[in-house]
Amino acid sequence: MLNRKKPFSIQQDLGDFRPATDKEKEYLVQMRPSTTFFRDGVKRFMKNKVALVSFIIIILITLGCIIIPFFWPYSYDAQLGVTPGKPVDSSFKNLKPFQYGKTELKRIEAGEKVFPHVFGTDSAGRDYFIRIVYGTRISLAVGFFASIIVLVIGLTVGSISGYFGGKVDLVIMRIVDIIYSLPDMLMVILLASVIREPLSKILEGSVMEKIGSNIISLFIVFGLLYWVSMSRQIRGQILSLREQEYVLAARTAGAKGKWVITKHLLPNCISVIIISTALQIPSAIFTESYLSFLGLGVNAPMPSLGSLASDALNGMYSYPERLVIPAVMISLIVLSLNLFGDGLRDAFDPKLNG
Amino acid sequence: MVKFAPYIQTESQKIGRQNVNPKTLSYIVKRILLAVLTVWVVLTITFFVMHFVPGGPFASEKAITPAVQAALEAKYGLDKPLMEQYWTYLVDAFTKFDFGPSLKQRGRMVIDVVKDGLKTSAKLGLIAALWATVAGVVLGASAALKRNTVLDRIIMVISTAFVSMPSFIMGSLMLLFFSVKLGLVPANGETAKGLILPVITLGLSPMANIIRLTRSSMLDVLGQDYIRTARAKGVAPLRIIFGHALKNALIPVITYIGPMLAYIVTGSLVVEQIFAVPGIGRAFVQSIINRDYPLIMGTTIVLASLIVIMNLISDILYKIVDPRIDFS
Repeated sequence: MLNRKKPFSIQQDLGDFRPATDKEKEYLVQMRPSTTFFRDGVKRFMKNKVALVSFIIIILITLGCIIIPFFWPYSYDAQLGVTPGKPVDSSFKNLKPFQYGKTELKRIEAGEKVFPHVFGTDSAGRDYFIRIVYGTRISLAVGFFASIIVLVIGLTVGSISGYFGGKVDLVIMRIVDIIYSLPDMLMVILLASVIREPLSKILEGSVMEKIGSNIISLFIVFGLLYWVSMSRQIRGQILSLREQEYVLAARTAGAKGKWVITKHLLPNCISVIIISTALQIPSAIFTESYLSFLGLGVNAPMPSLGSLASDALNGMYSYPERLVIPAVMISLIVLSLNLFGDGLRDAFDPKLNG
Repeated sequence: MVKFAPYIQTESQKIGRQNVNPKTLSYIVKRILLAVLTVWVVLTITFFVMHFVPGGPFASEKAITPAVQAALEAKYGLDKPLMEQYWTYLVDAFTKFDFGPSLKQRGRMVIDVVKDGLKTSAKLGLIAALWATVAGVVLGASAALKRNTVLDRIIMVISTAFVSMPSFIMGSLMLLFFSVKLGLVPANGETAKGLILPVITLGLSPMANIIRLTRSSMLDVLGQDYIRTARAKGVAPLRIIFGHALKNALIPVITYIGPMLAYIVTGSLVVEQIFAVPGIGRAFVQSIINRDYPLIMGTTIVLASLIVIMNLISDILYKIVDPRIDFS
């Protein structure tokens, strides 16, 4: 209450400092519970049907290629019909889906149960279904790890550039500009075709040998070339966030550096990081399958979806299903990962809607 | 007393209006320098990467005596110090487009192989880019105009599907259905009829991208005030679409020209392989398989320069068409 008799008095009215009554408190009741940034994003994501379905497809495919090899009776590199000390049973080669080899037919006649070759076998008599599973596994793993590499390098360089600014920023950004304007696919092919041979000699005998020199060279290439767009985004984000009004407002209200970083800078950066990592995975898978298709991907006998498709091209006239299956698989994975990434972007960063 | 002279445009003002402003000009100069720098980096990387290959280019030749090896190296200038070789290569490549002789195709220079391939590939790529742009703009604009109708949905589903499909998958499936199963077109790309499938394959993904670009920018433009003003003035609907909306909606599409060409170039590597088109892409892939190092280097440099130049042109065009855009 204003003291009407003495309008310029600075005497405080003690009535203003009484505890609020229950009725007054009612005005402050929240209409709905407050949400965190993450929960809010998840809620928005769940509303996006397309993205949700893509997410479920990705989860199913991932679980499938982890679990199936455990109980599947065939292995990806075992040539059925080839038993040591016996002549090669060529009836196992080029089986159509759900066909059986000669010895298997005998076993079935004898009342035994034989696990079917769901997708048939390839020209070397290997079960095609398990090769597809392993190919998918390789593709997903390569996509995932390549994105992690890109994330780590991009995040480091981008935040250094954005945080320090000045000359450091200038030099880094010029380097980024040049790498960015390099035609990436050509450079990838060039590096992959050249690195793999010396690399396989270095790797000989080490644990890394099993992964294969081609995959390692693929990772190296990703680490060298693909981090630039990530680092650009993170740098831009940090630069613009530092100048935001709400950061200024928080500072004015007395917030300390730690509070500003954890409550304002990081949550806003994280959405960009998550989204660009998620969108990096399909592009890495795409590159891997492209290189495998050219014969620069994983080492044989390890299958990858790209190399399976390229092997199938020769037998396309008689065995079209061998081309169609990996083709559908790659398209499905890349499509759902892209839609999932788009969904993430819409849910976690509505500003970035492009 | 101040005299108000009648407003007369000076000569410099007239020129200033028609020409690009100095900021744009400095951007263009910077952009050209970056492009030249990029080509140089590509050349340098390619050269040094190739020289780190163990054994050198003649390692796979059978039963080679040291004397023959030395003679071969002297013939190709490989016995000189590395920096001298690099300098010679750089000068020859920039001034004469001379990338040395091919190792595996006897008696042919790399540049001849590249030239021969480029004729077919350029035809293939340009037709693909052309039909992709036309179809993309038409479909994208109609999707935006018929927003939220069945037509819009169908166009968007198609474009989403084609955006994520790798070109080699698309090419293989096309070959399977149209030439193996239906027998409509020959599987061999050496004839004109055989080029139909590769052209379609190469254009599908760029088309899908252009559809998305055109649709979103068209929707953006259709919501602008000047469209409402034009409607209020009573401008004919078709004139609004073509004269007001589409003209502005197409600006973002210009930026896509560069990436589209890059996509078509890299896509053509596998597509030419799949359809057996005798282009530069197939030459590149074959040179990798045969380890024909000079050919790999030459093709990489030519293709990379092509992509860099196209990116340059599309960026500059974009800046000139829409000077509001700030690239820094």
